[in-house]
Amino acid sequence: MSVIDPVTLAVLKGRLEQIADEMDATLYRSAFNPIIAEARDACHGLYHATTGATLVQGSKGLPIFVGAMSFAVKAVIDKVARDHALGVGLDEGDTFLFNDPYEGGTHLNDFRLVRPIWRDGKVFAWLASVGHWLDIGGNVPGGFNASATESFQEGVRIPPVKLMAQGRVNEDILAILAANSRVPQSNYGDLNGQINALDLGERRVHALLDEYGEETVTAALDTFGQRAEALMRENIRGLPDGTYSFEDYLDNDGVSDARLTIALDLTIKSDTMTLDFSRSSPPCAGPLNIARSTAVACCYVALKHIFPDVPANSGCLAPIDFIIPETTLLGVSAPKPVGGYTETILRMIGVVFGAIAKADPKLATAAFFGTINALSLAGYRANGARWVMSMFFGGGLGGNPKGDGLNHGNNAISTATMPPLEILEAAYPVMFTQWALRPDSGGAGRHRGGLGDVYEIEVLDENGAEVFLLGERGRFAPFGVAGGGEAALNRFFWETDDGEATAPLVSKVTGVRIRKGQKVRLETPGGGGWGDPAEREKSRIERDTREGYVEAKGARAGDPLPAAKRGHAA
Amino acid sequence: MSASGTRAPRQAGIVGVDVGGTFTDLFFYDEAKREFRTAKVTSHRGDEALGFLSGLAVLGPLGDLGAIVHGTTVGTNALLERKGARVGLITTKGFRDVLEMRRRDRPHTWGLWGEFVPVVERSMRLEVTERVLADGTLRTALDPEEARAAARELIKKGAQAIAIIFINAFANPENERRAAEAVRSIWPNEHVATSSEILPEIREFERSSTTALNAYLQPVVGSYLGKLEDALREGGYEGDLHIVQSNGGVMATSTARRLPVRTALSGPAAGVIAAGAIARAAGRLNVITGDLGGTSFDVSLIADGHTALSAQTTVDFGLVIRTPMIEITTIGAGGGSIARVDKGGLLQVGPESAGSLPGPACYGAGNTRPTLTDANVVLGRINAERPIGDKLERLDVEAATQAILAHVGRPLGLDAPRAAEAIVKVANARMAGAIRLVSIERGHDPAKFTFMPFGGGGALHAGALMREVGLDSVLVPRFPGITSALGCVIADLRHDQVLTVNLALDGLDAGLLNRHLANTNRAARAVIANAGVVVSRIDTVFDLDMHYVGQTHTVQVRLPPEVDGEARPVDEAVVRDAFEAAYRTQFSRLLPGVPARIVTLRTAAIGRRPHFGLEALAPRSGGNDARRGTRRVWFDGQWRMTAIFSRLDLPVGARVEGPAILEQADATTVIDPGLVAKSDAYGNLVITRSPR
Repeated sequence: MSVIDPVTLAVLKGRLEQIADEMDATLYRSAFNPIIAEARDACHGLYHATTGATLVQGSKGLPIFVGAMSFAVKAVIDKVARDHALGVGLDEGDTFLFNDPYEGGTHLNDFRLVRPIWRDGKVFAWLASVGHWLDIGGNVPGGFNASATESFQEGVRIPPVKLMAQGRVNEDILAILAANSRVPQSNYGDLNGQINALDLGERRVHALLDEYGEETVTAALDTFGQRAEALMRENIRGLPDGTYSFEDYLDNDGVSDARLTIALDLTIKSDTMTLDFSRSSPPCAGPLNIARSTAVACCYVALKHIFPDVPANSGCLAPIDFIIPETTLLGVSAPKPVGGYTETILRMIGVVFGAIAKADPKLATAAFFGTINALSLAGYRANGARWVMSMFFGGGLGGNPKGDGLNHGNNAISTATMPPLEILEAAYPVMFTQWALRPDSGGAGRHRGGLGDVYEIEVLDENGAEVFLLGERGRFAPFGVAGGGEAALNRFFWETDDGEATAPLVSKVTGVRIRKGQKVRLETPGGGGWGDPAEREKSRIERDTREGYVEAKGARAGDPLPAAKRGHAA
Repeated sequence: MSASGTRAPRQAGIVGVDVGGTFTDLFFYDEAKREFRTAKVTSHRGDEALGFLSGLAVLGPLGDLGAIVHGTTVGTNALLERKGARVGLITTKGFRDVLEMRRRDRPHTWGLWGEFVPVVERSMRLEVTERVLADGTLRTALDPEEARAAARELIKKGAQAIAIIFINAFANPENERRAAEAVRSIWPNEHVATSSEILPEIREFERSSTTALNAYLQPVVGSYLGKLEDALREGGYEGDLHIVQSNGGVMATSTARRLPVRTALSGPAAGVIAAGAIARAAGRLNVITGDLGGTSFDVSLIADGHTALSAQTTVDFGLVIRTPMIEITTIGAGGGSIARVDKGGLLQVGPESAGSLPGPACYGAGNTRPTLTDANVVLGRINAERPIGDKLERLDVEAATQAILAHVGRPLGLDAPRAAEAIVKVANARMAGAIRLVSIERGHDPAKFTFMPFGGGGALHAGALMREVGLDSVLVPRFPGITSALGCVIADLRHDQVLTVNLALDGLDAGLLNRHLANTNRAARAVIANAGVVVSRIDTVFDLDMHYVGQTHTVQVRLPPEVDGEARPVDEAVVRDAFEAAYRTQFSRLLPGVPARIVTLRTAAIGRRPHFGLEALAPRSGGNDARRGTRRVWFDGQWRMTAIFSRLDLPVGARVEGPAILEQADATTVIDPGLVAKSDAYGNLVITRSPR
């Protein structure tokens, strides 16, 4: 193989990332549902022809997808091999579609489109697009069914199917998709947006290959992988050898009121790392399980946050060993429900942060708020039209060696932005009555945790609405590190005819009805604190009080249960 | 002619003044005599008016000047250094944290560290009871007394400006108007503004941020302009002062005082305008400009003679300005960018910069890490004996060599010139990436574009960038260093208006749309007509933001321009064709059967300035011999004896074969081997590949 010069390498790296970035932008701009268009819950990249390994990712794609996409492409590669055995070929212009979380990771709402790039009669690489569709059937509008006990209650599951054959869309598949959603036109718009993105990516990759030749580009891609691996090994070598354990808990599985344990034993040995999750809880009845591919993807996200200089490709996972037994909730298969996967992986990322903080205090970051709070309000308008508003909320990020945590940030798995409330009010019969920072919600510390938030929404439609929530951190608050305190817990209330109600499983609510004029109220956690609060700078303390970030009323009222001790092995 | 006594007729001369971080550049043009003069004086950070006036003094008596057009970085610096005014904000109950909560973004995709401090402190953001719904319904009317009480408290806390920002005010500004009236009744001054005046568009964070930043800049920019006007008056100047906007159009000072947020990119925008005019005069309509300074490389694209405008710009994390600005892509690659070898063994240049202080290693001011400028010095491309500016006698080649060897040469096993060449190549690759981002990645074929470098360093790398990106040619303006000041002189006047219209395309209410077109046309033209600057004519352009119902983003759809000052009526078919054509340019698939909608009408009135004869810049015949001998310069892995020329002494039609170096006071141009440069009728250098 030719040795590629450093200049061409740098040029190709930039060109390839720009292609993925531009695919992202194309989908954001043409998508229908605000979760993609405004919140950017999507991702694009280029993947290896035979292994599906990630070759190139954009700089803006959603982190968790960056980790999961190689599994999705591999699922299509396997499907093509099965087809081949049956005498069904693969052609130029073919495009596959699927949402099977057990093969491609994450959950049913995430639809993946995968298309081969052909050069000289061979598949050179794969392009893939993933985006979160608004509704895919199932018991709960928006898909986050907090009490699902089987995948079938979470929505329609599509294995890899050929959506486009030689450039022509299979209208039968579109019909099946349309028949299985409460909002078919929204999904249709998003699907077309994803095709737009693939079309653009395909044109750009061909232009690049025409210019530089397959051999040079292949050599560059190989080199990127090697460099990512080398950088990751270098970073791991910087940590002292040893085993570092950390645990955190999920409130419950949405079905029964018992906590779930995510336990990690992280071992550093020279330039390799082992992530052993064997001590975690067994598979649960509710939707807090995840597939192994999702678990691996989320560890990738955690390590990328700790070592941001490592390029986003498969090479950075080479020095890592994963122990994720099928006997835990982190390695389940169909039809175990996985719709709440976000909550489980947020806890996994947290325990990786916690274990790394023990290995190297310089890298210690307190827990971010750690729940996506998937809230759906849904109903029928007077004319019978279905409406589904589904969105995810912000919270505080953790205190860290550099400073306080960010107020109203997003979780580690996502860079999704918040849809403007004016866009939501224009699209759905709701009115926000509060959209504010939540004082006292950040963990105390030399560097305080960022603040969580308060969102209050009134339903305007005559027919009222049904309310669904899938959230966490109602019982176990985001932890502090290096002596920092914990953040406030997640809280959710809805208005009833005679006051206010909360859910027995705290942040998991299925199908509560509220009337016109009644409100729901979500209060999200802040981030944990970093360092001893006694060492906090005076000017920061004064500012906290003056600006009302801390209202200094002492302990938070209303926390239903004392948070359990965490952070040490059982 | 004397300073006192009779004044020369108005419009005798126009001065462009660009106040930058290091230098204030001035370009004076006498339209009657077709003569120009330039001046370069040291800027005074913090008292920009001082440099401004001392520069004007160099050009002659103030009373002789007809008009002054100013590109300013006062607004830019106030934003970047967080030195704006103390702002008070009055907002809808429940929403005082919108400005601080942003869109829930974070500074970096990877890595969860970083803080955000909003420009309006939380204790300066007060809430009042009021509410408008998304469709414009007034649900809760404002009690003016509540707004007055909030204002009193903010004034007591030291507010210098008050911004009023209510939810859904774009759909119905009634409550905001009442609040403004109430506040002005107890605090009558120009520093009270509402979000529906500043940006009547959906998306509360973007509208809040733009309105708050406008208020943040208003006292600062206003007091600067006031001081400037006073000083000019005292000096005997009786003409008007005008300001370049971020979109490259010129506005009256009164507009700048009201909408200072439109000056955020004033200086760089003027440069792009000049580059466009120079290129047009040279017969080139497709141009990519590249301004290489000390820490950044700013790229902009002009296609078919039109400058690309972006609707929204993020000045810094969480500081969003939504107003049309010239689309300027900035990367952290400049003369001061530091080169290093990363842990994976990859050579990186920038974004970390040595800035102008301590500056590159060759400045001898304490920095020992190699920069792009050091590489150019070591390779002999920059003349170490004649540095740009008036600060240094000479550059320290030895210090540059040692820095390169220590941080790049030895880790990569390269000698000094080879390591320096690698630095230049990697920097070129990054700059080429920025050029691709604005061109290839948006579907423009680079082979159709001329590259125009300006600023101090652009012309050092222009030939290499042309080759790497596959651009057609390079056009080096005659005075790369004063391009922005020249831009002030030639920029057109411009006024932009936004109106949320929300009309369905199916069964379009064409009557209503045409009334909107007629009204905004008249209003925008009136602003230009009243600006007090001579224009040869006023053009109005109309753009619709449209989408398929269900999408949240829009595509920009250009409508036919006005004719003889009147908006041309449109109908459903005209709008549909324009929408589908615009949609297709951006996306591969139309969505037949899905209804479309017009969201916003954007109207821009442009006052065309009288033609500026760029031939005034051309070299005079009978100049000096341009040759200045030879020196050793490194090209493509070897030292070559290279001809050195004095750029400004090259006559029209002169032809220089590479390798060659062309020197002038404010810039150095490198002609790489295999390239050839020709001086055109305007004194520009046109660099192309050698035939054969």
